[in-house]
Amino acid sequence: MAEKYDLQEREVWDGNFAASQALRQAQIDVVAAYPITPSTPIVENYGSYVANGYVDGEFVMVESEHAAMSGCVGASAAGGRVATATSSQGFALMAEVLYQASGMRLPIVLNVVNRALASPLNVRGDHADMYLGRDSGWIQLDAFNAQEAYDMALCAFRIGENHAVRLPVMVHQDGFITSHTAQNVYPLSDEVAYNFVGDFKPVDDMLDFSKPVTYGAQTEEDWHFEHKARQHKALMDSRPIIDEVFADFEKVSGRKYNRVESYDMEDAEVAIVALGTTVETARVAAKELRAEEGIKAGVVAIRCFRPFPFDLVRDSLENVKAVAVLDRSSPGGAMGAFFNEVSAALYTTPNRPLVTNFIYGLGGRDFSISEAKRIFKEQKAHADAGYITTDIQQFSGLRGPHLGFFKTKRG
Amino acid sequence: MQDLNLLANDNRGQHQLESGGNLAGWHEVTQGSILPSFEGDATNIAHMKAEERTYSNHNSYTATVASWRVKKPVFNIDVCIDCQNCWVWCPDSSILSRDKQMLGIDYDHCKGCEVCVEVCPTNPKSLLMFSEYTPLDEALSQWPEKKKKEEK
Repeated sequence: MAEKYDLQEREVWDGNFAASQALRQAQIDVVAAYPITPSTPIVENYGSYVANGYVDGEFVMVESEHAAMSGCVGASAAGGRVATATSSQGFALMAEVLYQASGMRLPIVLNVVNRALASPLNVRGDHADMYLGRDSGWIQLDAFNAQEAYDMALCAFRIGENHAVRLPVMVHQDGFITSHTAQNVYPLSDEVAYNFVGDFKPVDDMLDFSKPVTYGAQTEEDWHFEHKARQHKALMDSRPIIDEVFADFEKVSGRKYNRVESYDMEDAEVAIVALGTTVETARVAAKELRAEEGIKAGVVAIRCFRPFPFDLVRDSLENVKAVAVLDRSSPGGAMGAFFNEVSAALYTTPNRPLVTNFIYGLGGRDFSISEAKRIFKEQKAHADAGYITTDIQQFSGLRGPHLGFFKTKRG
Repeated sequence: MQDLNLLANDNRGQHQLESGGNLAGWHEVTQGSILPSFEGDATNIAHMKAEERTYSNHNSYTATVASWRVKKPVFNIDVCIDCQNCWVWCPDSSILSRDKQMLGIDYDHCKGCEVCVEVCPTNPKSLLMFSEYTPLDEALSQWPEKKKKEEK
């Protein structure tokens, strides 16, 4: 049996420590990991829990992130509870195996501490790695602070391991801003946390010798399409189960989560849609603008990036006049991916709000409250004019001449 | 000559790999394309002979999966010494052998790689490659004589 770990009702943890504690409490069978900044402390702390007897499971050190996720796939197919962590270049190296994990319906939990992708080399937080995973068939949950990094990690096991879901789950937090900032975190007791996650119940496990199975079958044009369609259906069908798990989590923690979080949106005229730590910055800006200038500003945040909450995004934004969608990833010759998805949802509403796109915060560039206010005011100008008065895509917080693309054809 | 109905009681190579026609829809395929190897409980199945096992239709054992072979090994029982070298080396478990008696080739799974011919130690060899379309009796009628030792 694992040693008892003493916890206070309130701890001062950074996002990495919070995530590692959630992994400890889930009593994982196998963690296969290769450390990379800024996610290193998650697996480093976990390794110390194993070494000091706080965990009964195995910690497997491997030679790369490709091997780390491969080890997770093998252990999960064998029938164990499995998790790991990574960032950026390591995430990119894992990419091939991410698709293997989701295609085989293996409920692995991956903590992704978001960091920019080289080149040029950068260790700071942006969402390039998170976006790289968006078509990989994983559920992607986004934590905006250390408490949520802990809470989402516990929810991730419950969601992915549900037999109606059986999909791998990523829990994202922003590199350094969340992962290395110590905050008050209110953990559950080990008993409550483990009971919430529950015992692991394997499906088609390779260690069941009474029922040998083949994993990783080859399917050509006559079968592949049906398997991918079924996988997509499973991902879409996970939405109500994610809601159920969040409701159950509220019962044990008092903390309520939603696949789409709305702040000050009841009467909002303009909104910022964002991911990660930017959400809290935008919330402060919205509150201040309401008090200072009477601008009805609100914030919509995506807790569950995949499956993308197309309907909830639409419900939360259809009554505003102007929306700024903030993409913290270099768009590579297109509008931001997040902008495209939010725009597509809003295109199917009667009012079709004015939607603009900001590329911001790349490589950990700070996103300030004053910049969030400036963006809100620009949305207010669009709303008053009745059309988009600026370029549709702009760069925020960038040095040099104005950089923007495309004008509206409406108005 | 090899009996082509060797171990005819088992379900080896019974069906072609399915394509076209009446295949399962997306709602019927297995979760994660994970395929069971056997029908029913497979506990202790490792101790049973292949023809006694209940391989499922998802297992390649029950399918004919040798359609791309262009040359086939032919087995000559009159020369074979039952050394089992071919059985050990075959990468596709396609040498049929029971009680250390070489019985022949599993033509539903053999891909024609020629490894069995390479490792056969007899003189002449007991396994030789022929065109896929050469009948077995014709192949056996062309079997070479024992090679004489070279004069010193």
